[in-house]
Amino acid sequence: MEAAVALGIGLLMGAGTWLVLRPTTFSVLLGLTLMAYGVNLLVFVSGRIDRSVPPLTLKGTSGWADPLPQALVLTAIVISFGMTAFFVALALRALGETGTDRADGRRSPAAGEGEEGP
Amino acid sequence: MSHLPVLPFLLPLLAAAALLLLDRAPLAARRAVALAATAAGLVLASLLVARASSGTISVYAIGDWPPPYGIVLVVDRLAALMVLLVFLLALAAQLMATGAVERAGRHFHALFQLQLAGLAGAFLTGDLFNLFVCFEILLLASYALLVHGLGAERARAGLLYVGLNLVGSTVFLVAIALLYGTLGTLTLADMALRLPDLPADSVAPARAGLVLLTLVFLLKAALLPLGFWLPHVYAAAAAPVAALFALMTKVGIVALLRVSVLAFGDAPAAERLFEPWLPLLALLTIALGTAGAFAARRLAVVAANLVVISSGTLLFAAARGGAEATAALLFYLPHTTLVTGGFFLLTGAIALGRGADADRLVRGPVLAGRSALSLAFLVLAIAAAGLPPLSGFLAKLMLMQAAGGAWQAAWWAVLLLSGLGVTMVLARVASTLFWEPAGRADAPVASRRTGPAGAVALALAVAASPAMTAAAAPVSGFARAAARQLHDRGPYLEAVLAGHGAGRRAPADILREPRPGPSVLPEP
Repeated sequence: MEAAVALGIGLLMGAGTWLVLRPTTFSVLLGLTLMAYGVNLLVFVSGRIDRSVPPLTLKGTSGWADPLPQALVLTAIVISFGMTAFFVALALRALGETGTDRADGRRSPAAGEGEEGP
Repeated sequence: MSHLPVLPFLLPLLAAAALLLLDRAPLAARRAVALAATAAGLVLASLLVARASSGTISVYAIGDWPPPYGIVLVVDRLAALMVLLVFLLALAAQLMATGAVERAGRHFHALFQLQLAGLAGAFLTGDLFNLFVCFEILLLASYALLVHGLGAERARAGLLYVGLNLVGSTVFLVAIALLYGTLGTLTLADMALRLPDLPADSVAPARAGLVLLTLVFLLKAALLPLGFWLPHVYAAAAAPVAALFALMTKVGIVALLRVSVLAFGDAPAAERLFEPWLPLLALLTIALGTAGAFAARRLAVVAANLVVISSGTLLFAAARGGAEATAALLFYLPHTTLVTGGFFLLTGAIALGRGADADRLVRGPVLAGRSALSLAFLVLAIAAAGLPPLSGFLAKLMLMQAAGGAWQAAWWAVLLLSGLGVTMVLARVASTLFWEPAGRADAPVASRRTGPAGAVALALAVAASPAMTAAAAPVSGFARAAARQLHDRGPYLEAVLAGHGAGRRAPADILREPRPGPSVLPEP
């Protein structure tokens, strides 16, 4: 079980890393999403994979699974979801502004330098 | 339990919510609410400093859940100092934003308050996961502030910055998962107790977690291989936003300092984690920042490279460890934050005064309000280059005396040469901006002077370094006391783990009590 989970997390993180290193924002976005999945799983299993204790407090059982990773992963999911949504919005906006999906902005018309400053 | 420690975090959060509700209200009303919130935050921060300066460590358990299971906020001298710095710089930046910047897009003030909440929270928290959450709050606000009043350059800089920080957040979570998996806790004080006694097979994953954690902090602090994003991003932001961003690199440095001193301690998992690569990279970062300042073609890029230099200097001192080096670091930290922040504000004012030429370093029209701006530039330049008589000189002196050790020769050489380089760059900038206006003197100039609020902001920024020089004795005394308190870990651990709800259990029992493994908690 541990090996399968570890391999799965490794696969997600590896694929995510490869996609993040691609030059277009769309693949970066997919990569970030995969990495978020991988890391959420990692946080979730940081309380150990354990079948000997119930996930909830039940009458007549002693102990329960560590509840903290569940709380941590919930927070992490919400944050990564929000951040990804913002990244999508920003990528769309940048596509409109620069006319290219490439993260380095290449192939775009030379950007003017006049917009900065108050 | 006093609620004071949580207020500098709650107040900006509530102000941000109120500002969103007041969306339809006139801009002046929203600005007044935002300024009032920041001013109140400044008062709260001063109260925190007053309370901390006696050496008290205040612990606030959120929801009254006792540590190590609950989330704690801890106010020691370091945290109080940083929170004060946040609200000081924020007030100046917010005054500067009055006018064009706050009109450039919607929700400027709400986002600004949200960023303040994140910053204050990141400095106050005593818990690693809460630190992550505060990082995300301040980052999300900073993403939106960066692209505020969009343009092609800001959109591209924003994309780069957001993507990089999302990867950083992922790495932060991996570090948290590894540390929780091995230690079974994320409260810093509790981590400090458990790290030294890790079972042998947990040392390697814990060390991997610590390394990843360090990497995340170094990404925020823009250390050499991880810092190429900074000049691009900071120079693209609006001036008041960039001024506030000058604080964000310090979040990484202070977090690294606190975690490394408090939690790493002398644990085997953290043995020789920094030496020798971190001091070396920090020195190279200083060199890179100096070179970047020489190569800059815009004043905002010069200012951004000053931030890189100050990051390198702070990280070297942090990597050297030792209470003396930390004391020098904590004197340099407020100085450099206020000065680089002030430089960004001045850049905004100069860009406004030069009309279409903005802050590009080319000969242009005569600057509107030249005499006041050139005087401000002179003071900030002296402070930034570390020339006598201002506080930059004192800070550098303290750093050179305290942080050298085995690196003495390289440290002195890099620091002094970088000071020389910065002096030359700033002298060249000043002569281009203020002394050679000829060029196109006949060209029509659409320049504007900074408004009265902006003038107050600039005056605040300019006064910071002279004020620190005048009050050098109390400030350096506070820095020394803060460093001693940070390195003397006992009282902090006692305050967090035992001080809360003292009387329920004796402090010594809690410190010695055997802890359950991470998989199963005992019945309460």
